[in-house]
Amino acid sequence: MAELDTSGGGGKKGGKVRSKKASTRIDLTAMVDLAFLLITFFIMATTLAKPKAMDTFWPDKTKKDVQLPVPESRTMTVLLGNNHSIEWYVGPAGKTPPTVDHFTKNGIRKSLIDKSKEIEASHAGDKDNYMIVLIKPSDKATYKDFVSMMDEITITGIKSYAVVAITPPEIELLKKDGNY
Amino acid sequence: MARIKIPRKSTAIDMTAMCDVAFLLLTFFILTAKLRQEDPLRVDVPGASVKLNLPDVDMATITVGHDKVFFGVEGTDIRRSLLEEMGKKYNIAFTPEETQRFTVTPTFGVPMNMMKQYLDLSADDKKKYVQPGIQVDTTNNSELFNWIYQARIVTKNLHNKELRFAIKGDSHQEYPKVSKIIDILQKQAVNKFSLITALNQGK
Repeated sequence: MAELDTSGGGGKKGGKVRSKKASTRIDLTAMVDLAFLLITFFIMATTLAKPKAMDTFWPDKTKKDVQLPVPESRTMTVLLGNNHSIEWYVGPAGKTPPTVDHFTKNGIRKSLIDKSKEIEASHAGDKDNYMIVLIKPSDKATYKDFVSMMDEITITGIKSYAVVAITPPEIELLKKDGNY
Repeated sequence: MARIKIPRKSTAIDMTAMCDVAFLLLTFFILTAKLRQEDPLRVDVPGASVKLNLPDVDMATITVGHDKVFFGVEGTDIRRSLLEEMGKKYNIAFTPEETQRFTVTPTFGVPMNMMKQYLDLSADDKKKYVQPGIQVDTTNNSELFNWIYQARIVTKNLHNKELRFAIKGDSHQEYPKVSKIIDILQKQAVNKFSLITALNQGK
């Protein structure tokens, strides 16, 4: 079908009538067509990219006595405000004014790494010297902000973090900078 | 002038190699791909840098977006027992056909009192029907709490495994709603669960 017979018509020289040998070649064009059609169908109808998942661990709320005292000097509190804004401060609330930050490589990620190093250095003699990050999403924060923050924690390799409910004074801090 | 005769060549191309490649690709796609399921609640999943894949079995997904909560659990045997248990709890008797239809529903967001009507809808009507979402509150008796609780019991009984949970949230969903779901999970001492994210490249 797809082959043109170009061999020419010079086969009548011999006297013997020979049975014509059938070609062993099969035309595969139609088969290829079908295969590609099926491939196209499978590409369209299926999901190749499996969803990725971020594992999170939360404190056991059913037991009352597992609350560990948090040394305030080693904490970094991150407040999530509206419009993907972040504010953070180190140490006890109200002692240092919060820093307004954003979700970029040089934003919160740098702050987390820098502060983590600072705290490790200043608590070098203590039993534990890692930084504890407290994430406090406000009611105006979106789920995306929360996931981004958890992602930053994973990227920067922060050992200890907790998600805590935000308190009214902290909402005031956000409001002061127009982030609530 | 003498013409130079160019020998005419056959126009047939050897399709064998192409055919091989095509079928190889086809086999690959059939084996790796999972059929796409239509989500009743469209959510825009936030991106993150994690690369862990979700397991396919003993898995429950809580979808939250547009202030609605949907629930879904993998495995037809688990779905079947789950509906039975929930029916017992809310005093609703489901017919075998309704149970059968429930086993092929990957995610749903209908309150228990409307579940029967929802399962009786035809496939076309189901697509058009806007599901209101599952009722969520922080008491110990909300419907989502019971769905999660019963699903865990059923998985434990049938597969002898802990059911894993994943939250699939919309990027623009405000946090308090997500927080409520996390509270419900924590109340049942489910302290490890996953957040479904899309892979974020080049950030």
